Amino acid sequence: MVIVPQLVGVVGLEIHAQIQSKSKLFSGSQVRFMSPPNSLVSHFDASLPGTLPVLNHRCVEAAVLTGLALNCTINKRSLFDRKHYFYADMPAGFQITQQRIPIAVNGTLVYNHFEGHKWNHGMTKSVKIKQIQLEQDSGKSLHDEERSQTLIDLNRAGVGLMELVMEPDMCGGEEAASAVRELQLILQTLGTCQANMSEGQLRVDANVSVHRPGDPLGVRTEVKNINSVRHLAKAIDYEIQRQMKVLRSGGTVINETRAFDSKSSTTIAMRDKEGLQDYRFMPEPNLPPLFVYETEDSVPAGVDSAQAVVVERLISCLPEMPAQKRMRLVETYDIQLEHSFTLVNEEGLVDYFESVVQKTKAKPRKVIGWVLDDLMRNLNLHNLNVSQSPLSPEALAQMIDLIESGRISSPVAKQVFQEMWKAPELPVEQIIEERDWWMISDVEQLRALCQRIVDGHPEAVQLIKGGNKRVMNKLIGEIHKVTKGRTDPVQVVAILEEMIF
Amino acid sequence: MMCNLGLWAMRPAHHRRCVLFLSALRAVLSANRTSWSRYRSERELSSSAWTSKVPQVPSWEPIAEHQLPTATKISPELVDKLERLALVDFGSKEGVECLEKAITFADQLHAVNTDGVEPMDSVLEDRELYLRDDSVTEGECADKLLQLAKHSLEEYYLAPPGNIPLPKSEERSAVL
Repeated sequence: MVIVPQLVGVVGLEIHAQIQSKSKLFSGSQVRFMSPPNSLVSHFDASLPGTLPVLNHRCVEAAVLTGLALNCTINKRSLFDRKHYFYADMPAGFQITQQRIPIAVNGTLVYNHFEGHKWNHGMTKSVKIKQIQLEQDSGKSLHDEERSQTLIDLNRAGVGLMELVMEPDMCGGEEAASAVRELQLILQTLGTCQANMSEGQLRVDANVSVHRPGDPLGVRTEVKNINSVRHLAKAIDYEIQRQMKVLRSGGTVINETRAFDSKSSTTIAMRDKEGLQDYRFMPEPNLPPLFVYETEDSVPAGVDSAQAVVVERLISCLPEMPAQKRMRLVETYDIQLEHSFTLVNEEGLVDYFESVVQKTKAKPRKVIGWVLDDLMRNLNLHNLNVSQSPLSPEALAQMIDLIESGRISSPVAKQVFQEMWKAPELPVEQIIEERDWWMISDVEQLRALCQRIVDGHPEAVQLIKGGNKRVMNKLIGEIHKVTKGRTDPVQVVAILEEMIF
Repeated sequence: MMCNLGLWAMRPAHHRRCVLFLSALRAVLSANRTSWSRYRSERELSSSAWTSKVPQVPSWEPIAEHQLPTATKISPELVDKLERLALVDFGSKEGVECLEKAITFADQLHAVNTDGVEPMDSVLEDRELYLRDDSVTEGECADKLLQLAKHSLEEYYLAPPGNIPLPKSEERSAVL
């Protein structure tokens, strides 16, 4: 009997990242998110005759930095082309892109894929990046179905985009989501793109197909209209299932473009697609080749060094990448890998954590719990980011020091934390003093308390003497209740044991 | 004659003219040979200082039929596709034939041997591409731009919903 291998999904992503720059790719109009319609449009962006493109230095740097961070080969010479198609939000009738020789090729994106909720061990995976190219964004169309018209706003037309084309190395929605999250972190760290999917700064289209391993790749569909990383995973998984159903029932998958509908979590075939598009690519005649130089010395004599884009210079500007940061945190502070992920994912959290560690005598492993659990929980509850935290690193460090020195117990500290959150202007000691939360350290007082409890629970004492250790917890709990948590469990256990045995 | 000698007395502004005057003078002096042939031979002898690179007789040859690739025929489907992609209107059979002739004319380039030669797509290929500083210098002219549009609504351009489909292929063939 031949065992037919199972159908598996194949996913390749096409990502458009909006370059974070002050002005557009080929013109001097401003790049800004919300603005009055058509106010950020120059004569070139409106495609008036006689206007010419002038390339933005910052956009070239952004593309090279991104290429370097993703281990790409930077093409010293790259060319611009025209991609022709008609649509009202692209008044020129063509988009200037880099089809033949883009600015960067052959890179890798390394990311960690967590299997469902198993946080113990994330697998390191990588996806190959075919190329990174510079291209123009189109304007925005607002469809008015009722009056059968479309309103066109060209504010976004001409904004610089980096198109990242990935090889179909992934096999499911979760992998794609993890890869995109890592890419978002990298772009945000570099400062080349803010990578906010809901604001359209990062647009992801998924090319999905299914096949049996070993067979050639199946027919692929392109899934668009994905507005968040969660939707990306859902859309890809739905599409893979849909294609598998089609094939299992004997049908064939059609090469088409489908839109993701977030309400129903399904993909829907898009109408108004006239077969395969022929973009009639042609070299952009108004732009000579773009040269990027390896080192300061390789900049030729006639070229202004300040004007030129030099790779060596940019390499020295590269900040610490998320992967490097995580490694450094794990090595320096001896924290768990999954903790480093949470730290790096939240903006400003690494700085907060390192600040607390510096100011406290406690080990970083003790600090991490407070930062990841208590701090993050409260921030999320009140919808604040780290920079808006009412609790400063200094205050938290002070509190942790008090726990370390045995002046307050851990359970009490949790309550102290909440009080500090509500009243950040009060010093820690004052809060503790006002509520009489200091740990009872007077041994005589403790012995008296323990004696009282032992006397009050003779049956329990008998059980413990008999060998039932678990009943001890009941006694500890009683002491805890009586003292409102101001005792050190370790000390209490020692005294109780001494008394009982 | 007299005027020629008079011209000789003038300082010639261009050395070439000097040669002509000299030969003209010689022509005048030797009456046996015709002045025209004298002028020509004199000219050739004394023209070592300057040679024109423009060929004196046409040097191109028409490309033979067999050197061209097979003539391209444009099918009605291709006409439809081109009309849709480029929004041109071939109008009639003559229009399509004109295009086919133009393609044949361009096919003459196939006779050129381009082995080992990199294609050039810009004469500016050795020039530096100027990179503009990232600063805001344009924009804020919505009212001027919208004045150019036939239809606008508040500050938006107005367009029909989606692309207007071209007339169906049956109608096309009726025209052709």
